[in-house]
Amino acid sequence: MSVTTLTMNGTLVSAAEGATLLAVAREHHIPIPTLCHFEGLSEVGACRLCLVEVEGSNRLQAACMTKAVEGMTVTTNSETLRSYRRQIVELLLAERNHVCAVCVANHTCELQNLAVSMGVHHVRYEPQAPQLSMDASHPRWILDHNRCVLCTRCVRVCDEIEGAHTWDLMGRGRHTLVISDLHEPWGQSESCTSCGKCVRVCPTGALFEKGTSATNKDPHFVTYLKMAREQKLWNR
Amino acid sequence: MESLTRPRVATVWLGGCSGCHMSLLDLDERLLDLAERMHLVYSPFMDIKQFPEHVDIALVEGAVANEDNARLLRLVRSRTAVLVAFGDCAVAGNVTALRNPLGDPMPVLARSYGTDTSRIPGVGANAGSVPPLVPKVHMLRSLVAVDYYLPGCPPPADLIFFVLSELVAGRTLNLQSRATLG
Repeated sequence: MSVTTLTMNGTLVSAAEGATLLAVAREHHIPIPTLCHFEGLSEVGACRLCLVEVEGSNRLQAACMTKAVEGMTVTTNSETLRSYRRQIVELLLAERNHVCAVCVANHTCELQNLAVSMGVHHVRYEPQAPQLSMDASHPRWILDHNRCVLCTRCVRVCDEIEGAHTWDLMGRGRHTLVISDLHEPWGQSESCTSCGKCVRVCPTGALFEKGTSATNKDPHFVTYLKMAREQKLWNR
Repeated sequence: MESLTRPRVATVWLGGCSGCHMSLLDLDERLLDLAERMHLVYSPFMDIKQFPEHVDIALVEGAVANEDNARLLRLVRSRTAVLVAFGDCAVAGNVTALRNPLGDPMPVLARSYGTDTSRIPGVGANAGSVPPLVPKVHMLRSLVAVDYYLPGCPPPADLIFFVLSELVAGRTLNLQSRATLG
């Protein structure tokens, strides 16, 4: 396997051929914030939080979608990048009804955690306050469009891991909605296997278990699965 | 410190549940410590009706839900040097603004009081009994300039103590990653 060498934040780093800038950064413990990225799923570059500066390019590049190239010079943290990332988090918070205090994911939400880490204490934009529905037709889980950031983790995990492809997107821009099957109630979906993977990968309170009250969503299940697999807890 | 030279501090309660003020009371004995370094001139904890002139620091809890909130907020702004949005409702609208997606206060009032408008306070024949609701709930920064944001529902007592201590000492506030919405 050939190795690529590039410069990241002034330091020479090596990367496996074909690795993304995000993978290289993670391997070298260089922090880059992400929201739509989920280990084990394909990359879509939807959230734009992992934008980095690549020397010789006048556009910012999504680290999750950009392959490391020999001799590349990359900056993952600058005043420009920090300012754009803050702006993205604020726009996400203003777009739908993210009312942290009464959300199931309060204090375990990846969007909220990003806001904390970036020092976002308020939102500069007028909240859009769209009137969005909830789908509680499934016997076990609820989809709340008010908290959705359109990261499409649910769409990808359902398609790529479970192989059901129950979820997809409908509409464009801020009117985009995650829908089940051909926009039917989730509970009536014929393709849904009720595996619950979508609920586990959702970074916010958009997908959650029925009976969950504010601040009660458990975000640790996937971490447990990964740890169990790495430590071979299931091998006899 | 001579009481006349201490910073004049006010706390204001707009459209909120008063939870932020309860969290302020959670400072417990630290309130005595603060009391020696500032002069509380207006608060729901005091028997005072008029917002005074020449206030140095005002912590404003709650969003603007009705016309009285809007009037008081503008008065507070005009008489205060440093205005702090105190808690999530003041910072972002939060629970007080949950009605905004419905577009108008009437569906909310009808849901609570029924469709018979003669039973709804502040509406129709009952006008004047309570301040009329504004069509849309506003976070503070939508109506006035806000100097600092102290998020949280409610903000933890330790954070309130930090913020008051810094501001009373005349320092610039920098919360960085200490504070969170929710």
